[in-house]
Amino acid sequence: VFYCVSECDFGKDRSSGLNWCVGRGCLGNHHASCTSLYKKPFVESFEETPLLVAVLTYMGYGILTIFGYLRDFLRDWKFEKCHLAREREEQKDFVPLYQDFENFYTRNLYMRIRDNWNRPIHSVPGAKMDLVERVTPDYNWTFEHTGKVLKDVINMGSYNYLGFAENTGTCADAASECTVKYGVGVCSSRQETGNLDKHEELEKLVARFLGVESSMVFGMGFATNSMNIPALMGKGCLILSDELNHASLVLGARLSGATIRVFKHNNMQSLEKLLWDAVVHGQPRTHRPWKKILILVEGIYSMEGSIVRLPEIIALKKKYKAYLYLDEAHSIGALGPRGRGVVDYFGLDPCDIDIMMGTFTKSFGSAGGYIGGKKDLVDYLRLHSHSAVYATSMSPPITQQIITSMKCIMGEDGTTLGQERLCQLSENTTYFRRRLHEMGFIIYGNNDSPVVPLMLYMPAKIGAFGREMLKRNIGTVVVGFPATPIIESRARFCVSAAHTREMLDTALNAISEVGDLLQLKYSRKNRHGREGTDLFSYLESHQD
Amino acid sequence: MAAGQQWVLVEMVQAFYEAPAYHLILEGILILWIIRLLFSKTYKLQERSDLTEKEKEELIEEWQPEPLVPLVSKDHPSLSYDVVTGPPSHRIIVNGKECINFASFNFLGLLDSERVKLKALSSLKKYGVGTCGPRGFYGTFDVHLELEERLAKFMRTEEAIIYSYGFATIASAIPAYSKRGDIVFVDEAACFSIQKGLQASRSFVKYFKHNDMEDLERLLKEQEIEDQKNPRKARVIRRFIVVEGLYINAADICPLPELVKLKYKYKVRIFLEESMSFGVLGEHGRGVTEHFGVNIDDIDLISANMENALASIGGFCCGRSFVIDHQRLSGQGYCFSASLPPMLASAAIEALNIMEEDPGIFRVLQDKCKHMHKALQGTPGLKTVGEPLTPALHLQLENSTGSRTNDLKLLRAIVDYSLDRQIALTLARYLDKEERFLPPPSIRVVVTVEQTQEEMEKAAQCIREAAVKILK
Repeated sequence: VFYCVSECDFGKDRSSGLNWCVGRGCLGNHHASCTSLYKKPFVESFEETPLLVAVLTYMGYGILTIFGYLRDFLRDWKFEKCHLAREREEQKDFVPLYQDFENFYTRNLYMRIRDNWNRPIHSVPGAKMDLVERVTPDYNWTFEHTGKVLKDVINMGSYNYLGFAENTGTCADAASECTVKYGVGVCSSRQETGNLDKHEELEKLVARFLGVESSMVFGMGFATNSMNIPALMGKGCLILSDELNHASLVLGARLSGATIRVFKHNNMQSLEKLLWDAVVHGQPRTHRPWKKILILVEGIYSMEGSIVRLPEIIALKKKYKAYLYLDEAHSIGALGPRGRGVVDYFGLDPCDIDIMMGTFTKSFGSAGGYIGGKKDLVDYLRLHSHSAVYATSMSPPITQQIITSMKCIMGEDGTTLGQERLCQLSENTTYFRRRLHEMGFIIYGNNDSPVVPLMLYMPAKIGAFGREMLKRNIGTVVVGFPATPIIESRARFCVSAAHTREMLDTALNAISEVGDLLQLKYSRKNRHGREGTDLFSYLESHQD
Repeated sequence: MAAGQQWVLVEMVQAFYEAPAYHLILEGILILWIIRLLFSKTYKLQERSDLTEKEKEELIEEWQPEPLVPLVSKDHPSLSYDVVTGPPSHRIIVNGKECINFASFNFLGLLDSERVKLKALSSLKKYGVGTCGPRGFYGTFDVHLELEERLAKFMRTEEAIIYSYGFATIASAIPAYSKRGDIVFVDEAACFSIQKGLQASRSFVKYFKHNDMEDLERLLKEQEIEDQKNPRKARVIRRFIVVEGLYINAADICPLPELVKLKYKYKVRIFLEESMSFGVLGEHGRGVTEHFGVNIDDIDLISANMENALASIGGFCCGRSFVIDHQRLSGQGYCFSASLPPMLASAAIEALNIMEEDPGIFRVLQDKCKHMHKALQGTPGLKTVGEPLTPALHLQLENSTGSRTNDLKLLRAIVDYSLDRQIALTLARYLDKEERFLPPPSIRVVVTVEQTQEEMEKAAQCIREAAVKILK
């Protein structure tokens, strides 16, 4: 039983027991409560930007732009010293390498708050880290290291979900042994003499971890996408990609030469409409049928903190016979009761997903990427992937680190450390999100995602937040344009299993302090306990 | 006022009577036309498809996509990789047989260096293995900054930038500068990563014949004529030449002094890819610029990977700050990817230390390359492709059988024969359908500084025997 707010009859499919509502006034999110595909409530929220805040943000950018033009003018007419690097004298009559307007944003906005990024660290990027202290004599144009180190800064920015970024313990010991035995480099590609026995061991382990037939590993996560999507798709194929997909997925899709169509973020109606159009009408103009259709989605979207609606996508994929490529860069190891990613989180069958891709950088404390799936798929990639033929394979100690940490998560090393960490991560996530929500900040994303974006909106607050948090010994990540839409700048926290309750409490107190100082508590929902009277909570409480 | 209004009305009626007939008729027709347009139904575009709902459902039912991947035959020759047990060092164990390594790009023998391993270990004990983030978000370690400084100092440029994957280095550098509408002149023998970088940049690509400066000049002249036709456009289109110092596919050196002359004559920027020549050519191993004595500032960007001579992982670009700094915000493989694990960066720093302390090894390596090149000359049925100075030369069939598959089978038989006699060789691998100018099939023979004269002689002898036996 479900409540459908508007009556619409497009695409009702009674035989499978699903009800798809595409039409006037249908809200995207209420499907979560009404379809029987989800075993537990799927609660995501993206609270709207308050109008006053939006207006002030635009005004802020406007003022910065005017000042930017003024400063450019002063620099051109030599009233102000120009710190920018200049072209060589001998090459002054060449076509300019950069157009002035391309770098306007970099020169005038990014430079002012540049000290919030590229902060060098001097220790393990664990729950606490040591930052190298930097000072700038000329407003962020150059930095000098004072030689001092800021010790024990709480790390809320590194992708260390299960806390495997450590320099002691079984993982580090195993990696050390491997370094002594194998060395660090490989000096060859997989198809030549770069295929070590360690790689084969890792591939078998990854296949077992994911529950697929076979898998292949690559040296870089970004390159896994940009080199394998072109090997699978070509001209005459269609790629349906989510609006907010990562740059590597976009690059891979572009390099493949296939037609790309974008659907709204996590919006199943938009995806269904595109699929329907594609199958019924075929290729544009010629109306020939498409060779293959591939849906590109991510497990957790790192800028929004949202989780993909996997059960619905799988149902759609089966109906329209499309293929699914799931990029689990952030969700592998971080979601699910056994840490097997978003498939485990929803309790689905890994065989339903055609291509499972992920990276080892986030939850395994290492580097590299993998693709898992049926044996035919992986055999094909062994022959045709650009990485197998031209790129160097993974370094042996990196491989060993993944093997040890994966065995730990699976519980095969004889301890319950993996399971403990998984529980700790999900507890930390729930606690952190609940507290931030109670404080009155606008938090985006799913309640279970360890990536927590906190909205800042105004450009000046981006810089202020980063600096104030550092003063209180907490390292945070702030993101602005162009990684996010121009008025939706945010601070992004990554909760880790290595964070203890005290660390989270310290961080939360500091965030609350800074939030009061900078007036960041924008949320208009009811804070203490009950969520408020919006539609989502009504449906949740009436779920059957 | 009523009187004024009345007076205007009278005037109007009078004008009506006094107007010529054709004027009234024309106005009348226009008014009628306007009324018709206002009231007629809007013109509807014909519906894109006249399919009924049922037909649409049937289309969805009937549509069958192609299988996700085409079937791969079980006995495809490249499907089973050669498995290396243990480190790919000078004595390598391939498929269970211990051999002397003539196949890995370990030019300076730094893969087994104890010093490098110790440094990597100490870095591991300090920083752990992974960096858990991209450079912008707490993924910058002081080792990265140190490595960048050291590389810039070694190559005598202002700045260097590190990437975490060798392939991604030039493939991210090219699209950062060259955009849609710009023109890039590339050598035909350019490696695959350059081709991918060009594809990602969406610029106009013009290929010139391998190492043929006249062909390049012809293309540049044609471009000049085009520019004169449209000077405004010519002032904003950027032009680049992308060449490799030592080509991996053709194993020879690019004519850098002529290229620099062409650069200043036609106002084109040069991007130099030095993966094979870094740590090999030149008196101190600084690459092809030192080999020819060209001023390094004349080259706009030098890109190299650290996976060959430096025996680590990753790549770097170096040049003037004006050029390199741009990649910190617009190099895709730099901004959107996790940074290089610190132990690999430390290994690279130690490798650089070794290179700087003992510049004699480059001379030794160059002598060995010349020796190997000479030893392989005159092999019956195989021709040696490559310059005497190149550490990685190709052995191609003198007379091809006509089909690439058969050629590859013959060469693979030679490789297997050598493996049985403890010489590890490898076939040069390419993606047949993706390469723009597919090189002919060949065996790759790599010379490293650790090989002795006897071992090189043995290898040459073995290859000669194999060629005689298999290619008769």
